[in-house]
Amino acid sequence: MPNITYISHTGESRTVTADAGVSVMQAAVRNGVPGIVADCGGECQCATCHVYVDEKFLGLLKPAEEDEDAMLTLTASERKPNSRLSCQIAITDKLDGLIVTTPEIQQ
Amino acid sequence: MAPESIEFRPADFFDREQIEFISGDAAVEIERGSRLIRLQSGRELHYSELVLATGAHVRTLPGATDKVAYIRTLTDSLSLRSRMRKGGEMLAIGGGFIGLEAAAAARSMGMTVRLMAAEPRLMGRAVSHYISDWFAALHERHGVQFQLGTAVATLDDPALASPDIIVVGIGVIPNVALAQGAGLEAFSGIVTDNHLRTSDSAIFAVGDCALHPNAWAGGLVRLESVQNAADQARCVASTIAGTPKAYAHVPWFWTEQFEAKLQIAGMPGETDESVVRGDPAAGKFSVYNYQAGKLRFVESVNKPADHIAARKLLELPPSILGSS
Ligand code: FES
Repeated sequence: MPNITYISHTGESRTVTADAGVSVMQAAVRNGVPGIVADCGGECQCATCHVYVDEKFLGLLKPAEEDEDAMLTLTASERKPNSRLSCQIAITDKLDGLIVTTPEIQQ
Repeated sequence: MAPESIEFRPADFFDREQIEFISGDAAVEIERGSRLIRLQSGRELHYSELVLATGAHVRTLPGATDKVAYIRTLTDSLSLRSRMRKGGEMLAIGGGFIGLEAAAAARSMGMTVRLMAAEPRLMGRAVSHYISDWFAALHERHGVQFQLGTAVATLDDPALASPDIIVVGIGVIPNVALAQGAGLEAFSGIVTDNHLRTSDSAIFAVGDCALHPNAWAGGLVRLESVQNAADQARCVASTIAGTPKAYAHVPWFWTEQFEAKLQIAGMPGETDESVVRGDPAAGKFSVYNYQAGKLRFVESVNKPADHIAARKLLELPPSILGSS
């Protein structure tokens, strides 16, 4: 099962083992990783599950679809080129070792 | 979709956050003088601040039948899903989001679907006429049969004998009894000020039960939405923690029916001008609704960028939202 590492904006790191198929947001919420709010429950409606994806993994992710791209303009913390909505990233075995950083604020 | 995938927080969240979670023991009385709550079991809890998030319960129809399904809880949804079968027949009563989403899900599964609603228009108070008509056509294209303007008074009506499942989505009633029992001002919701304080300054109300002043509605309103519940809860938490915040968020809503994702920014209501942009025939467009020359709400179908732009636009001072 893939491991995902979440680093907080202050640099604390948490690694969780996730089931393939769940989203990076769900893996965080289920394991009590702070820093991801996910108001809308993963429907790509709220932009409170914003993460910065470690550059090494960006190329492994499917590019953001139109709705995620639009929603990313509403993030409470600055949107950067590696910004993604974690509810839109489905965890696969290929993503084992994925590192994401949670932003300072989500809303 | 697995039930766990719609869980907002796992069961151990409260423990981890050192929040005592009491379930199965309803609060039955608030004694405001001594700032005390009495639970069903007789247990008493003291408070310095109290937040009422009592929600709402479904409006029901009289008459009994085991075919009926109301949708409020996860259990309701799972039970409904377990009874839906290809080739079966569903009757949806109510032309709002619930009735239409149920109709779309059932049609997509290969059921025969009829929808009856008392109102002449689908989603009457929640969308513009243009969107209401567009969604009626969408459902008709997918084979949903409509009987609009037909009120159902009782489930015992012999005319309702044929369907296997009857989904009733005719609205909710806010849970105000606890507040009323404590003498707080409450009628079609628990009345609050713009900080979501009730008529007792130590007691707040949030979410579906809160009848709050809303600049977008131009008066007191009760909203049933994810946005409203989450933003109101955060406002009150901030106020209680020492940084008072007035509730002033732009409302937004969404629904998915067949291939159409409808997103609404602003507060639906009366309009005197609607401007359609995009391609309704291709199912990608937005409707900009104005009243008295001011932009009031924007409905986007499969146009997420328009919706996000509208949310941002509506946050601007009203003076620059004129149509001319
Ligand atoms: S959880 Fe709402 S957009 Fe990701």
